[in-house]
Amino acid sequence: MFGTIRALGATVLTLAGVAAVLLPSAARAQQQPAPAAAPAANTVEAIRSRGTLLCGVNTGLAGFSAPDAQGQYRGFDVDFCHAVAAALLGDPGKVRFVRTTTQNRFTALQSGEVDILSRNTTWSFSRDTALGFDFPAITFYDGQGFMVRADSGVTRGSELNGATVCVQPGTTTEQNLADWARANSIQIQPVVIERLEEVTGAFFAGRCDVFTTDISGLAATRAAQGPRGEQYRILEDVISKEPLGPVVRQGDPRFRDIVAWTHFAMVAAEEFGITQQNVEQMAQNDPRPEVQRLLGRTGELGQMLGLPNDWAVKVIKAVGNYGEAFQRNLGPLGIQRGPNRLWTQGGLQYAPPFR
Amino acid sequence: MAPADTTTRVQLETAVALVPGEASAPRSPPMTAAGPVAWLRANLFSSWLSTAVTLLLIYLIARWTIGFVEWAFVNAIWEVPNNQTQACRELKGIGACWAVVTEKHRFILFGTYPYEEHWRPALVILLFVALYVVSAMRRFWRKELVTVWAGALTLIGILMWGGNTAPGLLPQPWEQLLALALLLGAGFAYVRGWIGMVWPTAALVYALLAWVGPVLDMPYVSQERWGGLPITLILATFGLAFAFPLSILVALGRRSSLPAIKTLCVLYVELIRGVPLISLLFMASVMFPLFLPEGMNIDKLLRAQIAIILFAGAYLAEVVRGGLQALPKGQYEAADALGLTYWQKTGLIVLPQALRLVIPPLVNTFIGFFKDTSLVLIIGIFDLLTAGKTAIVEPAWQGFGVEVYVFVGVIYFMFCFAMSRYSQNLEAELNRHRRR
Repeated sequence: MFGTIRALGATVLTLAGVAAVLLPSAARAQQQPAPAAAPAANTVEAIRSRGTLLCGVNTGLAGFSAPDAQGQYRGFDVDFCHAVAAALLGDPGKVRFVRTTTQNRFTALQSGEVDILSRNTTWSFSRDTALGFDFPAITFYDGQGFMVRADSGVTRGSELNGATVCVQPGTTTEQNLADWARANSIQIQPVVIERLEEVTGAFFAGRCDVFTTDISGLAATRAAQGPRGEQYRILEDVISKEPLGPVVRQGDPRFRDIVAWTHFAMVAAEEFGITQQNVEQMAQNDPRPEVQRLLGRTGELGQMLGLPNDWAVKVIKAVGNYGEAFQRNLGPLGIQRGPNRLWTQGGLQYAPPFR
Repeated sequence: MAPADTTTRVQLETAVALVPGEASAPRSPPMTAAGPVAWLRANLFSSWLSTAVTLLLIYLIARWTIGFVEWAFVNAIWEVPNNQTQACRELKGIGACWAVVTEKHRFILFGTYPYEEHWRPALVILLFVALYVVSAMRRFWRKELVTVWAGALTLIGILMWGGNTAPGLLPQPWEQLLALALLLGAGFAYVRGWIGMVWPTAALVYALLAWVGPVLDMPYVSQERWGGLPITLILATFGLAFAFPLSILVALGRRSSLPAIKTLCVLYVELIRGVPLISLLFMASVMFPLFLPEGMNIDKLLRAQIAIILFAGAYLAEVVRGGLQALPKGQYEAADALGLTYWQKTGLIVLPQALRLVIPPLVNTFIGFFKDTSLVLIIGIFDLLTAGKTAIVEPAWQGFGVEVYVFVGVIYFMFCFAMSRYSQNLEAELNRHRRR
């Protein structure tokens, strides 16, 4: 047994030795993403010298960012990171996705573990000011809504008086529901269930008349039911504002601009009818001056951002215009454009002019 | 009644006496007194109440088994073409949709590790299992096991990271030759008994780094992309491999007569045991980076690993201390009387007996920690369970959680059950001298 104990000691020593040999590579891997030159000051330079964008994404949220069977992240938020990488590095593939949870996402951004959070984060006053972040753009307007059975005949939120409502506790969802009911003098009976699977299970089993969460979540839940989903209806009423978008560290205006205008380029592209398919062709021969400026044929818009002039072409070639990215990722979930239509179609997606 | 009884016995004796050939042949007892039928009668059907309970249980077990077999095998769907889960949904729960496991098993097992490189984590899993099996066999309990561990862990590191695993150390051809020469030299010297085993072990690690990495020339994969079963095995193996020796030291320290060491150990154990593992992981993942200078980053996996080691260390220390205290005082005094030093006494007399006593609670803690590694999900590391959960996020596969959880559960069970059975054998073997 003494031999065993001594062997144990030797094991520890050897393990420590192995760790000592292997750790430099772990450390190297980590020094790459965040070089000692303070990353907050010049994120663009840091990203360029590293050659990859570090993008914090959700560990798994259908349609926004979820790994497929091959382990590749796909989704709307993921595509936005590809777009930023295409603009900044000229290659949409130069992104490293870092999984972040609700709890550690802000630390990851603050500590420089990621350059950008593209992770369905709601833009709110305190996050923008007190936490020291910037929200360059709103890529998805979400909001809390209601889902009912289609045969219940309910079409408006005001008809929900006396209904039982399935809701998850803790988040703002429950609070929003109570506020809305009080403001509209509607009597509702909340059925509070912790886990998502259980709360949706309770709703589909008929334990409550209404299920409330963010509209995107409702649509995804309904889509997951397959053909049976048509027996359910999502009401038009939206009772809270959840503007979701990418988040960057405050104090780096150049990077913030690049992120914001990447989104605007995608929105503008949709407005001008530029798609993944026709972008090269449009860049060659579209006569509209703003399209020419956007696609870098005339003017020096790219240089003003510190990017090559064809940056927007690269973005659109990588992920398509806003509508294409939306349809590709969120369309299969049955999420309607709703407020995310272009401003020309009565929605909120609006890109400032490219001039 | 009594006279009739007597008569019978007398007759029997007569019969035996009359047939000399059969007298010595043992006769089996009647069916109703021994054997399975008797056992059934005695234990399951002894009274009408117990008969009723037995029948009810048989009915329930049979029903449940038939139901399970129908769900898991008869009505199950094993495969669907390109993510079309309609067939599965039409089952409405009467059959399992194993198609989700067929489709996603590689994601569940290997997480977001690059798809074309999956053979590497697969090999790592096999290496781990082989390492466990070799370490479990008593015939391999010798010093050379340390070399095996060091070599296997180095190989695991090379396979998982790929690329040039130890940068700046190796890739020159002359270094490869040097590594080979060192390994041969050290091996020879060790066999001849000139040097201890630390040198050949170091030479082996060096040679593996010099040869396997460059020769296989695998692309580099950063830790963010690791996931699935290898993560669970890495966290559990390294966690327990470091925590166990740590816990022995802490347990000894807690019983030490030196006040400073004693206080330190008590403080460590009580502080760590006073908080849940999840909050330690939070500290490691959320608070710790904020204390570091900006731009400096210690890898998330490493932070979680250290948190697990510290936590497991505190719990195991208390288990080991239990063993130390159970030892009669006479053992310590006898060792002292022999004039043994503290470390001789501890290594030769105290620990061998103490650890043997605490095998069941030790394995209990080991199994607990193997499963606790799944808590790393809250800091965004994809262990086996998290990978399973994430696999069913995709809309096409939502709602097939049961199948995925059964699959993941079976994997956890295999490892935990193996540990438990092995510990029972070990316990029986090591405590053989106590059984009389």
